[in-house]
Amino acid sequence: MNAQALRIALVGNPNCGKTALFNLLTGSRQKVANYAGVTVERKEGQLIAPSGRSYRLLDLPGAYSLDAASPDEAITRDVLAGRRDGEAKPDLIVCVVDATNLRLHLRFVLEVARLGRPMVLALNMMDAARRRGIEIDVAGLEKRLGVPVVETVAVRRGGAAALVERIDAMHNAYPAPPAANGDNDLHRQVRGLLEATVRVPAQASRVDEAIDRWALHPVFGLALLGAMMFLMFQAVFAWAQPLMDGIDAGVTALGAWIAGMLPAGSALHSLVQDGIFGGVGTVLVFLPQILILFLFILVLEESGYLPRAAFLLDRLMFKAGLTGRAFIPLLSSFACAIPGIMATRSIADPRDRLTTILVAPLMTCSARLPVYTLLIAAFIPHRTVLDVFNLQGVVLFVLYVAGIASAMAVAFVMKKLRRDKSEHALLMELPAYRVPHVRDVAYGLWQRVKIFLRRVGGIILALTVLLWFLSSFPSPPPGATGPAIDYSLAGMLGHALHHVFAPIGFNWQISVALIPGLAAREVAVSALGTVYAMSGSDTAVATHLGPLIAHQWPLATALSLLAWYVFAPQCMSTLAVIRRETNSWRNVALAAGYLFALAYLASLLTYQIASAFT
Amino acid sequence: MIAPGPGPSPLRQQVALAQPFIQWSYNAKHSYSRPVCAVRLSDLPKGFQAVVDAVEAAHDDDRIARRLRDLGFVAGETVRVVARAPMGGDPLLVQVGTTRFALRRSEAARVQTLEAGASA
Repeated sequence: MNAQALRIALVGNPNCGKTALFNLLTGSRQKVANYAGVTVERKEGQLIAPSGRSYRLLDLPGAYSLDAASPDEAITRDVLAGRRDGEAKPDLIVCVVDATNLRLHLRFVLEVARLGRPMVLALNMMDAARRRGIEIDVAGLEKRLGVPVVETVAVRRGGAAALVERIDAMHNAYPAPPAANGDNDLHRQVRGLLEATVRVPAQASRVDEAIDRWALHPVFGLALLGAMMFLMFQAVFAWAQPLMDGIDAGVTALGAWIAGMLPAGSALHSLVQDGIFGGVGTVLVFLPQILILFLFILVLEESGYLPRAAFLLDRLMFKAGLTGRAFIPLLSSFACAIPGIMATRSIADPRDRLTTILVAPLMTCSARLPVYTLLIAAFIPHRTVLDVFNLQGVVLFVLYVAGIASAMAVAFVMKKLRRDKSEHALLMELPAYRVPHVRDVAYGLWQRVKIFLRRVGGIILALTVLLWFLSSFPSPPPGATGPAIDYSLAGMLGHALHHVFAPIGFNWQISVALIPGLAAREVAVSALGTVYAMSGSDTAVATHLGPLIAHQWPLATALSLLAWYVFAPQCMSTLAVIRRETNSWRNVALAAGYLFALAYLASLLTYQIASAFT
Repeated sequence: MIAPGPGPSPLRQQVALAQPFIQWSYNAKHSYSRPVCAVRLSDLPKGFQAVVDAVEAAHDDDRIARRLRDLGFVAGETVRVVARAPMGGDPLLVQVGTTRFALRRSEAARVQTLEAGASA
């Protein structure tokens, strides 16, 4: 990007259509990263005017006020004032407002205007305003504000042409708004502006009200939410399956093909096939689930439903020390904690966000299912209880509930332990319903995928190679009879760990298998297969492994391992994402530490009690 | 943080105790009309309209009160409780101007309103 290009900052209230406008102006020429030191998304893009001139466009986080109430708003305030290190003061501020919500949005415009920086006002969503019969005297508004005012429709192709033309025509000779007239009551000024320049029909749109009457109804609203979540889960688990199988097969085949070109039996061959492709493949396989999950979340977000769900569930979540906004991230964590933790960015309060991130791994992610399935099938008798329930199903349900209950308990304890006990604000705007725009959903989805893939390619790849190294070296001595992993560093570590795990009933085979399971939880199943010297696909291993462990392990050990997996701290990818999202190793240590402690405690209790009874 | 002001008593009872002379009538649109009194936004029943009198800070440096004012809860503005959440009616959905906000009861209790009027 051209360093001399003028810098334009887009600002506006949340829900003013600013991001849609940003997408329209920059197209695919976007760079998404974080502001240094904080996990606030920084979006920059390149705007090329028809004249050929290019501009650097920065999409600042939405803000209601420069009196910042969240890390996002603090960034907006600091960048606008030129106080943020590493961010040049913007040459021009484009203030975006929703033309149907001027009373709220114009107050922020006046606040920004007081900075005295060159500024243009974009009256966005003019199509919706016209439909509602709202008439705006643009010339009058321009005269009173003393800055250019341009109408835009961000969801229409060419809907920002007038804005680009205006910006380009004034090239670097942008007028700054006149000095404040001394009236400190911004609301009074807004009222004056509206009276002079805007005509709103007496009867505003009643569509939203009609939808909300059902969507927020204490009974129908909750039923609708339940149905929507059911559909989402159905999609995540059923529709994603063929794609997941495809990726699994594809990655395995590619790994085998590349490894085939390397000398068989060499360390390099094993590194490529088992280390890189095997390890990364187990994480990559979750991509379809993550895509479908984010598709649902983005559509719900764009349509304006998400804050409604938060509204319905806020009380329940608040009692547990969370916030209604934590609902979607936690729900996503049932598929995988990685997208769940990524989705916590919508939580404004940093304390609520941290609590949500820390309890997200307690939601039973889909990677735990293979482990649960193996153990339940092997140890829990296939029997009907109370005439209707399948005992195996009941146990699985109990495991899910145990995860949710412990998340609630942990959140509650965190709330009690927190030193900063000032009130957590909800104060959440419920925006007007909108039909989600394909382009904006697609961009959002693509950005999530990029973040996920970058993570898989970076830290997760590094960790899987490290784990492969631990499980492969040193190689077994000639004439060794046991499985190779038994002689490796991981094997030694497993044997050493066995002393730690003996009180909770784990034998050395389980202790060894837990180490490769660090890459992804379900890898523990194939690792157990390896330890018991089996080979073949995961399914084949699981089929043979079941009867074997059913024969060899006491029931107490199996129950203890199930309890362990409710907490299962050993997922490197989750810990890596916590590091990325909270920017702190302390939080990683906190998460790993408390999960490990809970897992150990739960397994210890389970094992000791079960041993006493069996 | 304890919410300032009275608890979750319904407006009707509260007003009936304090100002027994107020006439309540039930109109054809299934809502009460013509009450005139001062009431906190958190105690305003669903469907009622009121005019903001002031936002009171619960303590020094009350960020939530400041934010409420920024969001448009200022004297003279009309507010209406559009919906209440299941499980105890907290949070509540409040319309101010053309915007709707979900406020927890403790947040809404900071908003003192005057003159609840008839609403559709």
